[in-house]
Amino acid sequence: MRAGILLFPGINRERDMVLAVRQSFGTEPRIVWHKETDLTGLDLVIIPGGFSFGDYLRCGAMAAQSPVMRAVRDHAARGGYVLGVCNGFQILTETGLLPGALLRNAGLRFLSMDTMLKVERNDTVFTAKYAKGEVFRAPMAHGDGNYTADEATLDRLEGEGLVAFRYHDENRNGSARAIAGVYSPNLRVLGLMPHPEDLVDPLMGGTDGKPLFDSLAAA
Amino acid sequence: MKPVDEKLAKSFGLNAGEYAKVLEIMGRVPSFTELGIFSVMWSEHCSYKSSRVWLKELPTKAPWVIHGPGENAGVIDIGEGMAAIFKMESHNHPSFIEPYQGAATGVGGILRDVFTMGARPVANLNALRFGDPKLPVTKRVVDGVVRGIGGYGNCVGVPTVGGEVNFHPAYNGNPLVNAMTVGIAAQDKIFLSAAAGIGNPVVYVGSKTGRDGIHGATMASTEFDASSEEKRPTVQVGDPFTEKLLIEACLELMQTDAIVAIQDMGAAGLTSSSVEMAGKGGVGIELNLDDVPQRETGMSAYEMMLSESQERMLLVLKPERSEMARQIIEKWDLDYAIIGHITDTGRIVVMHKGMVEADIALAPLSDAAPLYRRPYIEAPKPEPLGPVSSDMSLEAALLKLIACPDLCSRRWIFDQYDSTVGGQTVKRPAESDAAIVRLEGTNRALAITTDCTPRYCVADPEQGGAQAVAEAWRNITATGAKPLAVTDNMNFGNPEKPEIMGQFAGAIKGMAAACIALDFPVVSGNVSLYNETEGKGILPTPAIGAVGVLEDAALARGIAIAPGQDLVLIGATYGELGRSLYLREICGLETGAPPVVDLAAERANGDFVREQILQGNVAACHDLSDGGLLVAVTEMALAGNTGADLTQADTTPAFCFGEDQARYILAAEDAEPLLTAAFAAGIPAQKIGHTTIDECLTLPGGVAISLSILREANEGFFPAWFA
Repeated sequence: MRAGILLFPGINRERDMVLAVRQSFGTEPRIVWHKETDLTGLDLVIIPGGFSFGDYLRCGAMAAQSPVMRAVRDHAARGGYVLGVCNGFQILTETGLLPGALLRNAGLRFLSMDTMLKVERNDTVFTAKYAKGEVFRAPMAHGDGNYTADEATLDRLEGEGLVAFRYHDENRNGSARAIAGVYSPNLRVLGLMPHPEDLVDPLMGGTDGKPLFDSLAAA
Repeated sequence: MKPVDEKLAKSFGLNAGEYAKVLEIMGRVPSFTELGIFSVMWSEHCSYKSSRVWLKELPTKAPWVIHGPGENAGVIDIGEGMAAIFKMESHNHPSFIEPYQGAATGVGGILRDVFTMGARPVANLNALRFGDPKLPVTKRVVDGVVRGIGGYGNCVGVPTVGGEVNFHPAYNGNPLVNAMTVGIAAQDKIFLSAAAGIGNPVVYVGSKTGRDGIHGATMASTEFDASSEEKRPTVQVGDPFTEKLLIEACLELMQTDAIVAIQDMGAAGLTSSSVEMAGKGGVGIELNLDDVPQRETGMSAYEMMLSESQERMLLVLKPERSEMARQIIEKWDLDYAIIGHITDTGRIVVMHKGMVEADIALAPLSDAAPLYRRPYIEAPKPEPLGPVSSDMSLEAALLKLIACPDLCSRRWIFDQYDSTVGGQTVKRPAESDAAIVRLEGTNRALAITTDCTPRYCVADPEQGGAQAVAEAWRNITATGAKPLAVTDNMNFGNPEKPEIMGQFAGAIKGMAAACIALDFPVVSGNVSLYNETEGKGILPTPAIGAVGVLEDAALARGIAIAPGQDLVLIGATYGELGRSLYLREICGLETGAPPVVDLAAERANGDFVREQILQGNVAACHDLSDGGLLVAVTEMALAGNTGADLTQADTTPAFCFGEDQARYILAAEDAEPLLTAAFAAGIPAQKIGHTTIDECLTLPGGVAISLSILREANEGFFPAWFA
């Protein structure tokens, strides 16, 4: 699988993502500047975390208007894989590729700590190397991770099995139904708030996030 | 505009003697803008006029020092062709007036000092001192400062990995916010600020200039009084998004050969950057302010020269590379403007709307800057602490100590800071005595800490200065890393008072002795004076930031213990309770002499501990400092969620809570080899207990406390305060 990592001004976890992809894929991801419009040759588009455009209007809202996002929509429409983490998840909801929105954390403070995520299903290209129901650790670092959607949408997500991960230990940011990540209906677009890419090396405290990248590498 | 005279000079912060010197240098009455330039360049903040004579006493050299004080930040060799570039800087005055923006722009400013030299910032730390937690204003300041540090650091994507927090009523009107940044650069890609090349373009990069922060450097050079609230407009507003763009743009530009010299526009903005760059290069500089990107209309030359708008850099470029440079800067959506050129006149000439607004010879502006050997009175040596007694049990005293604001868990604070961005954080806050950050693409790691114990410094500035350095060295050693160098942030009161100058001189003396004994040179630093409100000064606070290196990051030790380990105390215990937290929190006294710093013992004990860690004989290590032995073991137990049994250890408060220096607790599978090695090396060592599988800490004498009760006490303060 050939991966590309999008770079918007203000994104700051692209280096972490490069390391995770490099380790699992054994290849170098392509860095794609947000003004580029050609994603030809990429199987997987990754939108990493950070503060695109400073998050000044609304998290992800400005990035959703960048030229590259039209190409990402086309890529997704063709059945391409997309992974958005943290700010990347926010950008995907702002773009409409994933439902719902990320509000300010319930306590109105930035939250930076490890959280435990429960894998809702393991028959997707992102989670094949986890067991169904497995609980793994992932660092989170966000001010706006409070997932919300209307009740009908939440019911639909649950009914169609589109909830990817739930907070298992504590729902610190107040997300609806403790949702930490969701899939698109075709299970090829995934957005999540915590950072599996920051836990792929025993030296950094664990490898709980590595199966996600190994899953993609094996797809 | 007001007439330029002695009265105006005084309102700009220049005294009569200094104004007379300005007249002498100029040979005429200076223009309004010229007076503004003199006043900020000669402010305490920019000229170090009260501290320079003392700072010279500090050792600054070692074979691994690449650039010592004098550049934007210190540079040291960390092996494999890499350099660590670091500095700590205060933003105290702004943080009191406007806590969020004061702290945020403090982080932004220190980041620029580091990346301006070509380094990618890889770690932020902060040393914070606040007033009495019982005061509502303290809560407001803590909240604003923590949010400001997080708001800026999280957005720029530099992990905040460590720091320290103290409370004391002496900081009620003067909180201290000292921010430290560490960056990494290739040794052959370090950028300096000395301008060169007659005719080379002077280029402005970054945010537009506004009226914010005018005379900020002067404000930072005076005491506070009731009118300080009116100075709110002199606090700058931070834009971390632009800073992030600036970091990436500058680092990208630094991959080319376009840059001759570069400096950030920090305190005193365009004035200090242009004056210092041209001055260091021994050249002249001509600026045309019509070309400065401006975000407000009708700005005068004076306002533009003194603005402290954030996120701006000044560059001298090779002319044939300036077009390529423009493209890189504009790719990152930043302003790029050629605002002048380098001349051979040795003067700074400022043009605006066709008029010469300033024309000053650079040499006297810096060489003739005021230099004061201010009178000082050495602090009297404190009386040793007599016998103290308390009816409180060990158990009750420990629970009270670990819950007090100075010793409780800082989780509520560091949980608001992104500590993992970058993917290189080996040890996160509270996991080890110094933060551990790997150097990407290598097995090496940096160990980074900040330390100072102001309650020692106020009792005995010399011992306190030595202790701050020794504790930083010890914290790095406790991780297994080799301590390399220091940045200092000297926070003191009004230097015009002889007793304050005595504190400063004493602290420097102690620091210098410790730096020499520990091979721990000072490579950068910052001085913040006039930390007084209504005539009341802070505790003398010579905050030390320090960096060490570990050749194999996997050897880094944290403080967490695990079942099946012996606990060994390294270093001699005399039971020093003078100025200890036990004395203050349990006995209600702030008296006596602080613990003696025996630098030979520090060196010997520390070198022994490091060697044992690197040989793989140590599972966990924690230095003994605030609160003494029982507090340290409690922290190790809570970090590892593992019990410990100290039944057989000495039960006296002096042993349990004394703050004797040069001590460590080591956890190892077997104490015997450690004790044997220590005996052979002549290092005091004793087994004080062992870890257990039950989740209890059993105190000397046999009383057991469950870890959950200890944790509740330790974690309670901040969440309850901000509930």
